[in-house]
Amino acid sequence: MDVGAWCSQSRVWVVAGKGGVGKTTITAALAATAAAVGLSVLVIELEGKHGLGTTFGRPGPVGYEAVPLRGPPPNGADRAATPPAGAIWARRLTPDDALLEYLADHGLQRVSRRLVSSGVLDVVATAIPGIRDVLVLGKVKQLERAAVADMIVLDAPATGHAMTFLTSASGLLDAARGGPVRQQAADVVELLQDSSRCRVLPVTLPEEMPVSETVESASMLEDRVGVHLGAVVVNGYEEGPAALECPTGDAARRAGTVLDPWALEAIEAAREFRLRRLRLVGEQVSRLGRELPLPQLRVPRLGTPAIGPRELDQLAAAMAHAIDALPATADTR
Amino acid sequence: MTDRPSESFPCVPASLAAVAERSTVIVCCGPGGVGKTTISATFALEAARRGRRACVVTVDPARRLADSLGVESLPNTPAEVHGDWPGELHAVMLDSKTTFDELVERYARDAGQAAAIKANRVYQNLTSALSGTQEYMAMEKLYELTGSGSYDVVVVDTPPTRNALDLLDAPRRLTQFLENRLFRALMMPTRLSLKALNVATQALLKTISRVAGAEIVQDAVTFFQAFEGMEVGFDERARAVRELLADPATAYVVVTSPRSDALGEAEFFAERLGERGVHAAALVVNRIHPRFSPEGAHVPEAPAGSELAALVDNLTELDEIAGIEEGAFGGLAARVAPAPVGCVPLLGTDVHDVSGLVAVADALFGAAPHAADAAGPPAGEGTAVG
Repeated sequence: MDVGAWCSQSRVWVVAGKGGVGKTTITAALAATAAAVGLSVLVIELEGKHGLGTTFGRPGPVGYEAVPLRGPPPNGADRAATPPAGAIWARRLTPDDALLEYLADHGLQRVSRRLVSSGVLDVVATAIPGIRDVLVLGKVKQLERAAVADMIVLDAPATGHAMTFLTSASGLLDAARGGPVRQQAADVVELLQDSSRCRVLPVTLPEEMPVSETVESASMLEDRVGVHLGAVVVNGYEEGPAALECPTGDAARRAGTVLDPWALEAIEAAREFRLRRLRLVGEQVSRLGRELPLPQLRVPRLGTPAIGPRELDQLAAAMAHAIDALPATADTR
Repeated sequence: MTDRPSESFPCVPASLAAVAERSTVIVCCGPGGVGKTTISATFALEAARRGRRACVVTVDPARRLADSLGVESLPNTPAEVHGDWPGELHAVMLDSKTTFDELVERYARDAGQAAAIKANRVYQNLTSALSGTQEYMAMEKLYELTGSGSYDVVVVDTPPTRNALDLLDAPRRLTQFLENRLFRALMMPTRLSLKALNVATQALLKTISRVAGAEIVQDAVTFFQAFEGMEVGFDERARAVRELLADPATAYVVVTSPRSDALGEAEFFAERLGERGVHAAALVVNRIHPRFSPEGAHVPEAPAGSELAALVDNLTELDEIAGIEEGAFGGLAARVAPAPVGCVPLLGTDVHDVSGLVAVADALFGAAPHAADAAGPPAGEGTAVG
């Protein structure tokens, strides 16, 4: 499937997954993939992590105001301008920021700071669980409606919290008895359920626990919230050369090489280690395919512990390749 | 076994074992997804292997591990895990809501007050909606178990806290919530006190009603009314929990993986602990790639394009990853120094039974005497590391 067409199926993409699976990396890779085909991208971070900027070679936290991470500079001097084609911008939305803006939009700017600082917000948020999440998603909806970018990628909180995050609006609809917050929740639910506007992209590692958790939470999100799952991203996927099947002793004989005993032992141990891991990867990926029948976007495991711009490009290329390989009819959901 | 880390790792099993042997409270903290639950259970297991009565409080165990520890059927009540060790191993899965209910029952005037609180909507949402409450309940459980006298050591696995500070601030945060002055003022029934609310406060209340509906204010007032009189007991309890957390005998074990994002979070955590005057008792780096060649060894030559060349490349690649990982956590190890650093090699799959925990304990603390010559896991059935 054409990468641009695939990315344009919805404006909002929510990248979700358990902690440690590389959500932020995949968020960045998806943004880079879309920007590479000329789309403008806004990445939204919800937690004050430092990972996103580093990935683009711009370390430091992202703030409430959008900052450019990659691509052509904005047209003109307008700071509020939207990212131009092929650019990636990012901003961070916290519930407090979203609330302050919400209150300001409703002409209540004067009391808003105090509402947050007095701890009253905590009381209100507890009385109406999910209000923080709904406010953030409400802001995302506003950005989506304003079409600030061709693609808006949301780095969702870790699963567990991601579940609450995405189910918050429907939960609030059941609980709230009226008022603008209820309307906000209704708008958010509408956004989440409309596949032409929003899709969820679960991310997993090809390991047992992440796969189990992804299968469970993805199905739950579909059933409870009615979200549309775009595909499932398998981060850290790996394949090995066929030669791994060949015992080291045999390989040495065939190559006419006599190995030192330590070398024979080390090469053989490394071979067995790799084979065992590849077998586990294969098992988990096929289990994922059986239990969560979605197109898989497999992104390779990189040997480096940190992801910088160079690694990001590798991942984006792999992702584009995987999207390219999807049948054009892959998305009929 | 070939995939044990080589001697070049900065492992100090002897002093790491001292943490399991001597501490009375062990708090395992660190970023999510690094295998904190497994490492917590491993510390408790090691204490049991050293003849102590240990209890591990797990917060969100993987289902299969929960099954094999037998904690899932009976949340919030410790169950003994039987095995071949001289001490005792108990495990309990934290149920925040029940823990909170028990606290309410303990401090309520009478059954009526407890019932009124438990029926309140704000209270019912408190554990899930007020950030830090789950963390506090984990600490509360820790306090309760420590005081029970049934265990020599209690190990607590902490929730995957987004903000490292939540853990230490949790007790205070809840009491602050319970003491919210604005709502306390609202509870006073006289006209006079309503007048005492200043203009700004009235504006706030109007705002809340306007945005979220007037019932919300009513719900909150009812909650604080129901809680009336219990804040003192709660406050004292929270102070006791805070003291336990700050006690020098409480050992904080920072758990991480060698991935840079996890290391960054772990470093942040260690820094915050330091700001509170708390020093990490140990650092555990989970899922480290093993190194296969001896340090400085010269990789053998192989004819280009041969199978052997591919196998040599595989060796080089894995050794390179191991080398990068070793370098990556050096900074964190230096920050927590002189705390010992424990390393658990990556073997492939999640830990989901007691024998898996034993394998991790062997890697971390050295094999128990009776298990020293046990064979490694069969290929494809790696027992560690979650």
